[in-house]
Amino acid sequence: MSLDAPAPAAVIEAVNISKSFGPVPVLFSVSMDIRPGEVHALIGENGAGKSTLMKILSGFHDPTSGQIRLDGKQIALPPNGASETLGIVLIHQELNLAEQMTVEENVFLGRELRSHGLLDRKAMRTIVQRHLDEIGLGISPTDRISELTIAQKQMVEIVKAVSRKARILIMDEPTAVLTEEETEVFFRQVEKLKQSGVGIVFVSHKLNEVKAIADRVTILRDGQWIDTRLSEDLTPDLMAQMMVGRELSDLYPPMHEADVDAEIVLEVENLVAPAVRNVSFTLRRGEILGFSGLIGSGRTAVFEAICGLAPVESGTMRLFGEEVRNLSVAGARDAGLAYLTKDRKEKGLLLDKKMQPNLTLFALPKFVKNFTLDRKAEEDALKRAIRRFDVRARDENIIVGKLSGGNQQKLLLAKIMECDPKIVIIDEPTRGIDVGTKQQIYHFIAALAAEGVSVVVISSEMPEIIGICHRVIVMREGRITGSLSGDHINENEIMRYAAGLKREELH
Amino acid sequence: MTMMTASDNTATSKSRRPSVDFKTVGPAVALLLLCIIGFLLNPAFISEGNLTNLLTRSAFIGIIAVGATFVITAGGIDLSVGSMAAAIAGVMIIVMDNAVETMGTGVPTVLLGCGVAVLLGIGAGWINGALTTKGKIEAFIVTLGTMGIYRSLVTYFADGGTLSLNFDVRGTYRPVYYDTFLGLPFPVWVFIAVAICGWLLLNRTAFGRYCTAIGSNEAVAKYSAINVDRVKTLTYVIQGLCVAFATIIYVPRLGSASASTGVLWELEAIAAVIIGGTVLKGGYGRIGGTILGALILTTIGNILNFTDVISNYLNGTMQGLIIIVAVLLQRSDWKLGRKPKA
Repeated sequence: MSLDAPAPAAVIEAVNISKSFGPVPVLFSVSMDIRPGEVHALIGENGAGKSTLMKILSGFHDPTSGQIRLDGKQIALPPNGASETLGIVLIHQELNLAEQMTVEENVFLGRELRSHGLLDRKAMRTIVQRHLDEIGLGISPTDRISELTIAQKQMVEIVKAVSRKARILIMDEPTAVLTEEETEVFFRQVEKLKQSGVGIVFVSHKLNEVKAIADRVTILRDGQWIDTRLSEDLTPDLMAQMMVGRELSDLYPPMHEADVDAEIVLEVENLVAPAVRNVSFTLRRGEILGFSGLIGSGRTAVFEAICGLAPVESGTMRLFGEEVRNLSVAGARDAGLAYLTKDRKEKGLLLDKKMQPNLTLFALPKFVKNFTLDRKAEEDALKRAIRRFDVRARDENIIVGKLSGGNQQKLLLAKIMECDPKIVIIDEPTRGIDVGTKQQIYHFIAALAAEGVSVVVISSEMPEIIGICHRVIVMREGRITGSLSGDHINENEIMRYAAGLKREELH
Repeated sequence: MTMMTASDNTATSKSRRPSVDFKTVGPAVALLLLCIIGFLLNPAFISEGNLTNLLTRSAFIGIIAVGATFVITAGGIDLSVGSMAAAIAGVMIIVMDNAVETMGTGVPTVLLGCGVAVLLGIGAGWINGALTTKGKIEAFIVTLGTMGIYRSLVTYFADGGTLSLNFDVRGTYRPVYYDTFLGLPFPVWVFIAVAICGWLLLNRTAFGRYCTAIGSNEAVAKYSAINVDRVKTLTYVIQGLCVAFATIIYVPRLGSASASTGVLWELEAIAAVIIGGTVLKGGYGRIGGTILGALILTTIGNILNFTDVISNYLNGTMQGLIIIVAVLLQRSDWKLGRKPKA
C-alpha cells in the first residue's frame, strides 16, 4: 500500500469505543478502521485490550459507548458470532472446530447444502475440495479434524471463513502455535486473501511477523489507542517501545558469568525415551542452560522423561551426584527437580479454579499439617506469590481462566517455584505473552540462577535463548547435535545445528 | 490488566459475594420449602416419629452418595453401587449363616459379617478403580459391566429367590437398624459420621484437593505431581467402603437379600450428588450439598406417602422433576437473568 493512492473506504470502523466490565474499564475511546484488502495488525501488551476490541468488532461484546460502522453506516452487531452473516468472522485462538467431524462437515456446519431434504454431500465436498486446492493444502474434505495438525486446523478455519464470504477476518494470535514453516504457509494464505479483497485484522506478539506482513499497525496500551501507522514506518523495536511506553534496551538482564567449576547437579547419560534418542548432557549449579531446536526435535520429550512424565527406556541419570531411576513426578519434585509446561492452558493451570488452589497444587504436601491443609499457610503463600511474581489480578478470587496470558504464566511460574526446586526446567517461558511480562520473566530467571538454582530454558524463540542462556544445547530429531557457549551462541550457529547442516560429535 | 489498582479489587469482590451464596444455599432452601409443604399438607409430617423415620431412610442413599461425591468430583461415575450393595448383602448373609455352627448366633458372627462386608466393599471398589485407571476403560462402561456382574451374582447366590439371615442372628443384629442412641436411630449416627468424615476428607485434606484437580483437568493434575491413577482408584475404594457401611445398616432391616435389593440405588445416589450442586463432569464437589440432596429425595417420597394429593406411584416423577429443576437453577448463567455475552 502506498501513501499516494487514496485509501479505500473502510469496511468496518470502530469509533471512540469504550468498554467496561462492571466497574473495570478496559478500553478508553479507541478507534480503528479496517479497509478491504489490507492486513491490519493489532498489537499491545497482554491486558492492553486487544481481545476486547476484537470481540467488539465481531459482535461478541457490546461497546459501553462509541459506534461501530459497517460500510459507513452505524450498526449494532448481532451477538454470539451471528456477525458472520455480515461477513465479519472472528477466528478464536483456541480454534472452534468439531474435532470428531470431517473437514467438509465443519466447513458447512450450520448451513449444510441440501437436495430434496437430504444432505448434498457431493456438492459440499466439491466446494470444500476447490477451496482446499486453492490453498494448496494436502488434506482431504473427508479427513477428521482430530487427525490434523494445528496449522492444518487453522487453514480449515480460514477455508470456513472464506466459504462464508468473509469480508473481514479477525484472527487472534494465529501464528502463536505455528512452526516457522507453517507460518510461511499461513502468510501465503493471508496474501491471497488480501488480494481477493478481504480485510484482515491480526493480533500477534511476534513483532517481526507484524513488520513482515501487516500494511498498517494499531498499537494499544492500557486500554488506550496509542497510534495507527503504516507498517513501513515502524521497526519491531519501535513497536515494542510504543507498546510498553518505555525503552526496552534492558529486555534481557545483564548476564552473570557462569561458574564453570560449580558442582554438577544433573548428569544425564545416553537417555533413550519416546522421541529421545541417546541424549547426554550435564547441568551445573546456577547455570542457565538453553535447549534449542525445531518444534518436535525432542527437547520437551527429554525433560518429560527426566521428570517422570514419560517413561525412560534406558540411560542413567544422576541428581546431585546420586543415581536415580524411574522417578515419579512427585519423586522428582521432592528431589528438587521441577518442570514447567509450555502448555499452560491444557497442562499447567486449572482454568476453572481460583488462583489459590492452583498456586499450591504442585507443592501441596508442604501445606499439610496434621493430615489437613493449612489454609492460612495457603493464603499467605498466595499473597507472597502475588507480590513476588507481580501477578496482576483484578481480584484474588478471580477464576484463573479469566487472567491474561502473561498473568497466567506468572502464576504458573509461582506454582512451580512454590516447592523451592534446585533445578527448574521452563518450557517456552514466554509463549504468547507480551514484551513487558517477558522482561519480568527473564529477570526472574536470571535472579534464580544468581541464587544458585539451575535453570533449563527450552525455547523456540532464538533471541531469548541467546539473550539469557550461559550455554545452549541444540537438538534435532531426538538427538543432541551441538552445544554452544559464550560468544559462540548466535542465531546462525544454532540454526545450522537445528537444521542438521552441522553436527558435532559429543562425548 | 495493568490498570487495575487495589481499590478496584475490593469493589468487585464485594459485589460478587451474593451470587456464590445462591448456589450453596439453593439445596437448603429447597429442602426447607419441601418441609413447609409437607407440614401444610399434613401437620403429622413434623412429628418426631416421621422425622426420625425420614432421616433413617435417607441414611442408605446418603452414605452411598457421600462416596459417589468423591467419584464424581474426580471425574468418574459409579453405576455399580446398587448391585454392589445387593451382592455384599448376599455374601454377608451367606457368611453369617454358615458361621452359626462354629461361632454361634452372637455378636462375633455379626462382626464377622460386617468385616466381610467392609472387605468386599473395598475389593469391589478397587476392581472398579483399577479397571478404570490401569485398564484405561471409561468409568461408565466399567461400572455398567460390574453392575451387571454384581447383580447377577446375588441372583445366583439366592438361586433366584431370597437369601435369609438365620433368625437368631437376626435378633442379635436387629438393634443396628432399630435401636436409637441419644434419641437418634443408629443408622442416622452412621450417616452423620460418614458425612463428617467425607466433608473433612474432601474439603480439608490434600486428597480432596487432588480429587477436585483431577476432575477439573487430569493433565494439569499429572503435571502437578499428583498420582492420578492412585487417587482415582481411591475414590472408587471410598465408594465401595460407603456401600459396605450402607449395607451393614441395611441388612438388619429386613434380614434378607434378593435380586431386588438396592435396585436403582445408583441413580438415587447420583441424583443426590447432582441435586447437591456437585458438577457431573467433575472438578467441583460438595458433601454438604449431597447430604441435602439425599434428604430432599427421601422427603419427596415421604410427603407423597403422607398425602393423597399426588399418587404415591408418581414418586419417581417428582424426584425426576426435582433433579431437572435443581440443575436448571444451578446453571451459572441463570442467576444473572440472561446469558452474559462475556
